[in-house]
Amino acid sequence: MRYILRKVALFVITLWAAITLNFALPRLMPGSPVDAALAKIASTGQAITNTQRHAIEVQLGVPHSNVFSQYGQYWKNIFTLNFGRSYSFPTETVTHTIGKALPWTIVLVGSTTIIAFIVGTLLGVYAGWRRGKAGDSAVTIGATFFGAFPPFWLGLLLLYLLAFRFGVFPLKGGYNEGATPSLTWPFVRDAIVHSILPAATLAITTLSGWVFGMRNNMINTLGEDYVTFAEANGLRSRTVALLYAARNALLPNVTAFGLSLGAVVGGSVLVEGVFSYPGLGNLLYIAVSNHDFPLMQALFLVITVSMLVAIFIVDLLYVRLDPRVRR
Amino acid sequence: MATSQHPREPSSPPPQPEASESPLLAAKGVNVVYEPARGVRIWSVRDVNVTLRPGEFVGLVGESGCGKSTLGFALTRMLRPPARLRSGEIFFDGKDISLLDGEDLRRQRRGGFALVLQSGMNTLNPVRTVAHHFGDILKAHKVEGEHWGQAEIRNRGTELLDKVQLDASLLDRYPHELSGGMRQRVSIALALSLQPRMIIFDEPTTALDVIAQKAVMQTIKDLQREDGFTAILISHDLGVVLEATDRVMVMYAGEIVEDQPSRSLVGGAHHPYTEALLRCYADPRAEEIHLGGIPGTPPDLSLSLAGCPFTPRCPLAEDICRLKDPPLAALGNGLAACHVRARKDSAPVDGGVPATVRQPTAQTSADAEAPPTPSRQVLADADGTEVRDVH
Repeated sequence: MRYILRKVALFVITLWAAITLNFALPRLMPGSPVDAALAKIASTGQAITNTQRHAIEVQLGVPHSNVFSQYGQYWKNIFTLNFGRSYSFPTETVTHTIGKALPWTIVLVGSTTIIAFIVGTLLGVYAGWRRGKAGDSAVTIGATFFGAFPPFWLGLLLLYLLAFRFGVFPLKGGYNEGATPSLTWPFVRDAIVHSILPAATLAITTLSGWVFGMRNNMINTLGEDYVTFAEANGLRSRTVALLYAARNALLPNVTAFGLSLGAVVGGSVLVEGVFSYPGLGNLLYIAVSNHDFPLMQALFLVITVSMLVAIFIVDLLYVRLDPRVRR
Repeated sequence: MATSQHPREPSSPPPQPEASESPLLAAKGVNVVYEPARGVRIWSVRDVNVTLRPGEFVGLVGESGCGKSTLGFALTRMLRPPARLRSGEIFFDGKDISLLDGEDLRRQRRGGFALVLQSGMNTLNPVRTVAHHFGDILKAHKVEGEHWGQAEIRNRGTELLDKVQLDASLLDRYPHELSGGMRQRVSIALALSLQPRMIIFDEPTTALDVIAQKAVMQTIKDLQREDGFTAILISHDLGVVLEATDRVMVMYAGEIVEDQPSRSLVGGAHHPYTEALLRCYADPRAEEIHLGGIPGTPPDLSLSLAGCPFTPRCPLAEDICRLKDPPLAALGNGLAACHVRARKDSAPVDGGVPATVRQPTAQTSADAEAPPTPSRQVLADADGTEVRDVH
């Protein structure tokens, strides 16, 4: 119980620190969004008038109050999910833009992360248990081969072969253009068909990390005395492999899994970019290339917070998995 | 420690290993080799024969790296790569277990042979409770008509914990919540849950402090006496072994060089290596204690050894020792593998009584320069006798 309270306290403190940092960083950086916007106008050859500068300042909401009231306003905006309007999508609020992209990324990257973790871990357990045998070699060689593909390259290859040449899958997007997102079967089916190639790309390239991590942990725990002792006591080899070796080997991998779940919301910029997938990764790319400060700041906030939440959840899960942290 | 130990008198002839009873364990020509993927092969156990009568409690001593633990693992079929049983037969209760594998071997472990490991710290699975550990073993060896539900496991676990003087409340504890001594007792109780006829204790008390060591050893001795299982106690501590066991096998460089009843070993060691080991161990009742080390190092076990492996360190070495490995032959009350001593023993001269522990040697009188590497230093004696430690 004390462990959980400690974790909650730690979570609250880090969350506060991260959100505050997200407030402080843009204010510490040289240059301002106004200068950036004016530079854009100036690059077209127009002279800049004071009226123009003032108009942009008003449009961007440049604050004139002191830092503390700005900080108070910042917190109020976070709680009301008011992140202003982005430059890239001027007709929408940032909250709306992110809200539209979030489900796509969570479903695509989230489900592939979970699938890659489960499959990779199982393969790693198998390879570690059969270390040095044919099965181990097959898994290890396969994981090395597929893990060596850069994700965007594999994405392009799959796109070229399966979408462009043979037309099995759609070329781009998360759903057919013109369709309105809804939870009806035709739309969901359409979305699934669109997600298969990006999902396969992500799963194949991230799988090997889980395989190798788990295989190494397995080999370490297999050398532990409790495994030897379990064998000396004549436990069934399946019990030894799963409840003694794999069960302990899983612990470090769970921590890594938490981190990659947290990274899900960041999306996969390259893979989403290759497939023009309407997720957060793609959005982040758009925001950065357009110097879209409101969108970027809001995205960083969402990414940071979800990372912290994921780590917090894994910490709580860890209590169930490892009795040594219960205190 | 004040109990009568190490009686010095040359004892009456005790039963020989090859007694009339059929042995529980008869291992012949056991050879174990470590074959790493890269690097040299180590011939860790060399042509060892072991015979254990039912109910016998035998010690296996020797310095680090002499192959005693490897032999213990070989006898319980627990060798794992890179170690391999290269040749040899291991008859357990009349059945050769050296070639058994998989499920056949696993089934032998109930009512068969168990192994208690050195580091009690890590022999328990950190994520399972003590009750889980019992449950895993009991379920793994379930036979027709047995049912191991929660209640049955707890009952049996309570019974077994009681045998090792632990409370049933430990059933719900995780290993990290137990002390080192408790963990070692739990692992003994777990081994007992197989109802083994032979248990090999591999340095069962090494990781423990002196108090816990003594208590755990007492428990092992009591259990062995009550349950009557056959036991091998592997230790580098000759003192512990002499107190507990009926018979001591001394190993050097992968070979058994001496095999004597514990009662007569102190005064009646025949192999120069055993004598040297005994010199490393002090009798707390002695007026004056000389602790001598054994100069030199054990031979490189990656080589095949011509002659007796102890020759380079042996004060008695002769030409024949360098040429021919002495066989383990009857000598005194047991067996020893030494050319020189075998000859002297057979001679009519009353030279059968070998050097005693405290016999001053050239080395110990010049103790200022003798390497002080005692395996055990005695600082005070239980009966209050003054002990002068010359180092």
